[in-house]
Amino acid sequence: MLAKMKLLFGAGIALTVWSPTVMAQVPTASDSPPENVEEVVGTLGNDAKIAIPAFATNADVPTQTSAGGTAALGFSVASVIYSDLRNNGLFKPTGPGSLPKPALGQVQAPDYGTWQGRGTDMLLQGYVRAEAGGNVTVGCYLYDVSLGQQLAKAGWTVAPGEWRRAAHKCADMAYSRLSGENPFFDSRIAYIAETGPKDRRMKRLAVMDSDGANHRYLTTGQTTALTPRYSPDYSKILYMSYFNGQPRIYIYDLGTNSQRLLLQSKNPLFAPRWSPDGKWVLYSMAIAGNTDIYKMPSAGGSAAKLTDSPGIDIGGSFSPDGSRIVFESDRSASQQVYVMNADGSGQKRISFFGGRSATPEWSPRGDQIAFTHIAGNFRIAVMDPGGGSLRYLTDAWQDEAPTWAPNGRVLQFFRTTRGSGKTGVWQVDITGKNERKLETPGDGSDPAWGPLRP
Amino acid sequence: MKTRSALILALAAGSLALSACSKKAPASLPPDPGGAVSTDTGGTGSQAPLPGSQADFVAQMMGQDTIYFDTDRYNIDGQDQQALAAQAVWLAKYPAKRITIEGHCDERGTREYNLALGERRANAAKNYLVSLGIDPSRIGTVSHGKEKPLALGSNEESWSKNRRAVTVTVD
Repeated sequence: MLAKMKLLFGAGIALTVWSPTVMAQVPTASDSPPENVEEVVGTLGNDAKIAIPAFATNADVPTQTSAGGTAALGFSVASVIYSDLRNNGLFKPTGPGSLPKPALGQVQAPDYGTWQGRGTDMLLQGYVRAEAGGNVTVGCYLYDVSLGQQLAKAGWTVAPGEWRRAAHKCADMAYSRLSGENPFFDSRIAYIAETGPKDRRMKRLAVMDSDGANHRYLTTGQTTALTPRYSPDYSKILYMSYFNGQPRIYIYDLGTNSQRLLLQSKNPLFAPRWSPDGKWVLYSMAIAGNTDIYKMPSAGGSAAKLTDSPGIDIGGSFSPDGSRIVFESDRSASQQVYVMNADGSGQKRISFFGGRSATPEWSPRGDQIAFTHIAGNFRIAVMDPGGGSLRYLTDAWQDEAPTWAPNGRVLQFFRTTRGSGKTGVWQVDITGKNERKLETPGDGSDPAWGPLRP
Repeated sequence: MKTRSALILALAAGSLALSACSKKAPASLPPDPGGAVSTDTGGTGSQAPLPGSQADFVAQMMGQDTIYFDTDRYNIDGQDQQALAAQAVWLAKYPAKRITIEGHCDERGTREYNLALGERRANAAKNYLVSLGIDPSRIGTVSHGKEKPLALGSNEESWSKNRRAVTVTVD
């Protein structure tokens, strides 16, 4: 159900209305990119003061977007971008509510002196325009105010229901350009929405944008749903639910809003996972109480058994190149993290931190594995794929089940409150800073971050 | 059939005889399991439950429809053996009855692992009943992991009550 987003520069229209210069998405070479990437990584951004005024428009006309007419839409687009940066602790943004709104003609010719006078380092602004067919066009421009120079620009024409995506794309453009990191805002999250008392929780499959917008429930809650995973192309979600009272794996088709069992089995099935290319599915199956990990083609076909220990082997997360799998096993008596080749060979324990290590997830960048470390409290931690360089990212009574943002710089997980059992989806960056709770309609658990949208 | 029942009764008596000490019984018996799937609630009012019904099973077991586990463990200890032996006696008396054993965990574990651990606990109970002569085709298992706690506190007393395998009759 994704309306295709059209790159203006691919189409070669629209932006040229206001720009006689040749369009290019890559900024000029004379810019000053961050020189010390490690430092940027360390703080996930910098202290740049970035102004995000309301996006201008050529005419305030009605749109079919939820934001209203183009003037209101221009304010809303800037607000979404502002929230993306502020909520993730990125830069020092100022939003449209406390800034003058540039005229359309100033979008590509900013008054640098005025912005310098306001103490602004960076200016992220743009325009919105209603297209004849109902689509809206959003142009996005990033300027270095002190250098008096344009750093980046892009534009998108989107269906009315997808206007927030254009705002996320604009935030991604600025974040990427200023931090040197890959973008992540234009992505979605599948999770389990929870309501009700501790002993009778309703657990429903739900999806939302990376900022919590466009929230939607996919299941009714009549049966418990757990552990969702978006397919790499966002077309499907794998999750666990109960079928005739037994744990089974469902595959939810977002195109048809229908679901079916992934496979027929008399045995309990848990912990479904996609391979990065979407061609394989991992699942865990218990036979006579012994759980092992299996791999099958996502299009159907025969499964291969990857583990064969008398202990519980469960879960699994592919390395980005699909060659290896990190998983969890209690074959050594307690839950620990193991790595194996994608065919099941070469199984090797990598967690030796004391306590228990669980729910490993390989970073999309490949450089880190996030997991739950249990030693008293449950904490989100990261290590390198060899089991070294342990770092804790959180410290609460019970944080578990990390999931990576598409750029591998931010994680989500869920936090359970002692006593009440209330749960919430939380987010933290790779440095352990900027921890915050995501706004969801009710409680939430098992977040699963999807990839960057095309 | 007769010899099997006799064996079960002998086993039950044996485990009763040597069961006195136990390490981990909850301070009080847990309430009736909420997840029971029986549709037969037995009689009404003060009448005795219908013999062979789920209500009868619960009444006869006097708490022994549930066995308890240590943290991360799934072994069947002496107290569990006593409870399962009592279940086996009842099951021998009603050979047409099938059961489901529901495996549960406390909240202090990760979600997926607990699903697998609950299944392992339910299977441990099943295997012991089979060793007592109960036909395995009469016994189903299901894991609810940590999703259906019975005791609601976040302390060892509650957790010890939630690490359990509950036997419920199906029909």
